[in-house]
Amino acid sequence: MADAKAQSSVGIVEPKSAFFDEPLYLKSGEVLDEYTLVYETYGKLKADRSNAVLVCHALSGNHHAAGYHSEADAKPGWWDTMIGPGKPIDTNRFYVVSPNNIGGCDGSTGPSSISQSSGKPWGSLFPQVTVEDWVETQKRLAEHLGISHWAAVIGGSLGGMQALEWSVRYPSWLSHCAVFAAAPGLTAQNIAFNEIARQAIFSDPQWRQGDYALSETVPETGMALARMVGHLTYMSADKMSDRFGRELRHGSFEPNDDEPIFQVESYLRYQGSQFAGRFDANTYVIMTRALDRFDLAARAEGNLAEALATATAEFLVVSFSSDWRFAPSRSREITNALLASGKKVTYADIESDAGHDGFLLEDSDYMALVRAWMQRVAS
Amino acid sequence: MLRGDIDTILDWVKQGSRVLDLGCGDGELLAALTEQKAVSGLGLDIDAQNLIAAVDRGLCVVQQNMEDGLFNFNRKSVDVVIIAFSLQVLTRPHNVLDRVVDIGNEAIVSFPNFGHWRSRLSLLLSGRMPKTKALPYSWFDTPNIHFCTVADFEQLCDQLQIDIIERKTSENGHILAKLWPNLFAKSASYRIKRA
Repeated sequence: MADAKAQSSVGIVEPKSAFFDEPLYLKSGEVLDEYTLVYETYGKLKADRSNAVLVCHALSGNHHAAGYHSEADAKPGWWDTMIGPGKPIDTNRFYVVSPNNIGGCDGSTGPSSISQSSGKPWGSLFPQVTVEDWVETQKRLAEHLGISHWAAVIGGSLGGMQALEWSVRYPSWLSHCAVFAAAPGLTAQNIAFNEIARQAIFSDPQWRQGDYALSETVPETGMALARMVGHLTYMSADKMSDRFGRELRHGSFEPNDDEPIFQVESYLRYQGSQFAGRFDANTYVIMTRALDRFDLAARAEGNLAEALATATAEFLVVSFSSDWRFAPSRSREITNALLASGKKVTYADIESDAGHDGFLLEDSDYMALVRAWMQRVAS
Repeated sequence: MLRGDIDTILDWVKQGSRVLDLGCGDGELLAALTEQKAVSGLGLDIDAQNLIAAVDRGLCVVQQNMEDGLFNFNRKSVDVVIIAFSLQVLTRPHNVLDRVVDIGNEAIVSFPNFGHWRSRLSLLLSGRMPKTKALPYSWFDTPNIHFCTVADFEQLCDQLQIDIIERKTSENGHILAKLWPNLFAKSASYRIKRA
């Protein structure tokens, strides 16, 4: 915990949880009778409740967006670069709410939770949830917290889709909407990458049709492979060349069993196994399917501008120049649709070699832009 | 202020108009229009630092090259398109002009007049490309790749079937600039529309 006590960090934070026993009617037609949402908040809610900001997480994210969980914590939350006192999403001004979505594996009800009807982990029986369902649960969380309006809803990637969904589903609930490195719906190529990841998981014998928890196993190999594919697509070719080049681990091509020869192999394997150790396979499948299924334009027969017509928020759309998984052209699609339907929108394509991960990383232009835009959210 | 066009544009734009400011820079003009004329404005610029500065002013801006065709803007979707002192940086200014008079009910274009007597005299006497306080760049390192004169611009409008509604030169009060703008106006502003 290098800088938990530094001025720019929210410091030690504690996750909270909220239990909901009002049934949730999912888009799939299934019903969740009850569920728990784990969330974190940063900053203080003003007496007039005007400064609440919702942060929506992406595929592998969770509620822990900023700060540290303990003094011993080595790494801060996933968006600590963005959220904190004096940071672009300034916790001196805003009350930031960051939930873990249902279907997740970090405390909110998901496939690894115990189902109250069977007394066993949900596993394969956990229903497919969608971006729309998440927005419903986030709205209920807001009401639970006494919030009836978001100064802004902000998200990147899959989180950006949730922000978009908020803007059209509950327009009067938000005055600002920030959508980073997202898309109005995935391309065929993007769905294909998700399918490769899922097939990697399904082909692991330990997968057991999603009910691995019953036999106390984990499809680690499949998960690691899924993550390797995913992680690769979040980086840019240039960044990988810069970071790894053709560097060898031991200086030569030793024909040494299964040992990685190149640094990049070693890196990917490490990323894969780290992820397999912390993330649930069913959650990964559910999250990727939620990504695949989101399609805003489809609601207006392919006319995205019309699909966005109900939105009243002011938008900030940001893409990252080297992001090929959620390419800048997709953000421009959103921007152009917003312009065509007469919305207020600001769009920037941040010059970056970080690929899709760009939205999570520190970048001076990106930070300056979001900081500048957040001024209007505060006023 | 080195530029004489800002007051003219502020004067021309009607209260509450929908404005598209192409090459809005740091948003100075658009911010003034928002404040004084309550326009609903959108700025376009390609430079990240300009964009951040404009966002900091509270403006809506889109990072986009105006030479890519502006196809994301529908015909007659705004009241006025502004190209203030950025015509001369365009690779193909005629294409942009031809497009903006379709996007806006009218367009306002301002530019430094390269036909001004100082520019002419400077070239005549020194035999070198003129540098001025307002345009201090060397010829090989300037964003201003397409200078024109008042006469050039008017001829281009004629060629593109664009009507000039109104012209105002930077020294409008000056009798010489009024009589011979091509020689005595440092800059010129035009209200134009599709003929």
